[in-house]
Amino acid sequence: MIQLDKVNKWYGDYHALVDVTETINKGEVVVVCGPSGSGKSTLIRTLNRLEPIQSGQITINGQDIHRRGLDLNEFRSHIGFVFQQFNLFPHLNVLENCILAPARLRGLKPAEAKARSLALLERVGLAHKATAFPSELSGGQQQRVAIARALAMEPPLMLFDEPTSALDPEMVGEVLLVMRDLARDGMTMICVTHEMGFAREVADRILFMDAGQVLERATPDDFFNRPQSPRAQKFLSDIRTPFAVEF
Amino acid sequence: MQFDLSLILSGKYHDWLLSGLGVSLALTGITLLLALPLAIAIALCRLAPIKPLNWLALAYVETIRNIPLLAHLLFWYFGAPELLPDNIKEWLYSGNIEAISAVAGLTFYTAAYMSEDIRSGIRGIPVQQIEAARAIGFGFMATMRLVILPQALRITIPPLISQTLNLWKNTSIATVIGVAELMYQAQKVETDSFRSTEAFAFATASYLGVSLVITLLAALYHHRYPVRNV
Amino acid sequence: MLDLIHDYWLYFLIGQYPNGPFGGLGLTLVLATSGLLLSLPLGLIFGIARISPFRIIRWPITALVYLVRGTPLLMVIFWAYFFLPSITGHKTDQITTMLTALVIFDGVYLAEIVRAGILGLPKGQLECARSLGLGYFEAMRFIILPQALRSMLPSLVNQFISTIKETSLGYIIGLTEVSFIASQINTQVLTKSTQVYFILGLTYFVLCFSLSRFAYWLEKALQRTRSQKAAA
Repeated sequence: MIQLDKVNKWYGDYHALVDVTETINKGEVVVVCGPSGSGKSTLIRTLNRLEPIQSGQITINGQDIHRRGLDLNEFRSHIGFVFQQFNLFPHLNVLENCILAPARLRGLKPAEAKARSLALLERVGLAHKATAFPSELSGGQQQRVAIARALAMEPPLMLFDEPTSALDPEMVGEVLLVMRDLARDGMTMICVTHEMGFAREVADRILFMDAGQVLERATPDDFFNRPQSPRAQKFLSDIRTPFAVEF
Repeated sequence: MQFDLSLILSGKYHDWLLSGLGVSLALTGITLLLALPLAIAIALCRLAPIKPLNWLALAYVETIRNIPLLAHLLFWYFGAPELLPDNIKEWLYSGNIEAISAVAGLTFYTAAYMSEDIRSGIRGIPVQQIEAARAIGFGFMATMRLVILPQALRITIPPLISQTLNLWKNTSIATVIGVAELMYQAQKVETDSFRSTEAFAFATASYLGVSLVITLLAALYHHRYPVRNV
Repeated sequence: MLDLIHDYWLYFLIGQYPNGPFGGLGLTLVLATSGLLLSLPLGLIFGIARISPFRIIRWPITALVYLVRGTPLLMVIFWAYFFLPSITGHKTDQITTMLTALVIFDGVYLAEIVRAGILGLPKGQLECARSLGLGYFEAMRFIILPQALRSMLPSLVNQFISTIKETSLGYIIGLTEVSFIASQINTQVLTKSTQVYFILGLTYFVLCFSLSRFAYWLEKALQRTRSQKAAA
């Protein structure tokens, strides 16, 4: 479904993505992990063109996403993106946040949009907060609304950019549960995350990145028990500190 | 209508405009020299540990800022001289009362705005500096003079330069009370020659030109003396 | 001073209306309000242009902003006064001239306020709106501007105060606003200059000071609602 071919990106002189070549299939759940600055967020942001690339090709469903004549807004409306900072629209309530895009972009009538949004809010466990404003919600609740908002466009692909990194520890679980349920329903997902427990349990494949390169691609079992590259081995031993939650 | 630059590049119109530019620059310079010390004084009054002084300085700043410069100048030219004793009044009227009123108005006006910037600059210095100075045994004035103001001035220079820019543009309003500065002369050229474009083009170019120089000075200062925090 | 007020208060407030042009404090307020309202759309357009990712839009507008900000308002008024008639083809009255000058001048200053308001929002808001698939102008209209305009309110009130003070420069072209009327009264009475100009100053002071207190209250109210929401 997604094909990356020798994708390269520079920030000025800094080589952020180095010859990245990957294939991600429909229905796969891929977790991208690695140390800070390894290019994980950059990579996922290139997929909906929030970041430009300097060379290489990205193909989604057989179409080059950088081709001339591509309607960028239309393209983006088919990809759900969940941000680390939630980015809910503070001047709209929860329901309005979810309704906005389907109503404006898919021409859904108000009643339809409302019904669809409420169903999604029910799915993430927040239908009872439909008329609340983002400022009245906890971080975990806001992020779940953000997921519902992204799902409202019925995208075939969901991208998660460190969705739980800005959350207090006790709220991480509720968001990961929603993401797990989404995976079980067959959604194609790419998640950048530090949550190794989630990766182990939910991911079909793990991509380990460092310094802009994908150093390892393996099943969770292989990655956690038999890491091949020294960098991955170091990463895993570093995160297995005495205080880390055992996974 | 042809745009005839030669009209203003030489001859009597050129001289008029140039003298106007000179007067504008002089107004700016003199006001700056007078307003700056006044502004520092007012800022210190705002921060002094004496309540009546605080209140007085606040009243001064609020009064000035809520009245347009034009009204200030009208007051200083038409209203204020009436309050003076007769012999001073006579001396004023025989001399250049227009320019004196203009400088008075501009000075008090500009000082009010500058004092706010200086006050912000002073308040931007970490309170620990004041504590340290007081701990050594310095009184309010000594603390200000030796420790705070030298540091505050560096932070304050950019907004002060911005105020100087405003002052430069504000000198144009002095034309209302008959000061023969740039706008006045441009109008005079226009009435005499009906060539409004050339006269006002010269005036606009002068204002922009000096504005540019002042802005560049600000950038230069910022480059050479960046704000250094501990 | 009291008989001065008694004799001239109506003239001071509305000029010679209905026996002549509308003027005085009334004109000052009407001019300032219309000036601000009319320059708002211009300020919005210029402000958005100033942050445009396209240089071909950004540079000319930025140049215009620097041009207008480096010129005294008086100069802009004169340009309007001398060149509006040739552009429009017939003689323009002082009110239209002054209004034109105010709209251009304030539009540019409003552009800076708008720009600051938009840039003050978290970057993620626009990114998120674009990620959903909303176009640039849709994102501006539904997400960015509603939030930015709300945070800009105190600055807008301050700009209104500035505009009130700017109307005084209409004096130069014979506009019958309140400063001009005060001078007319002064020429009629001749012996009470100090009182006349004192009252003029007082009028401006009361007007502008109350508005600045309102702006201050507005800012505090905005901060309060923000912290209330954040605390929840």
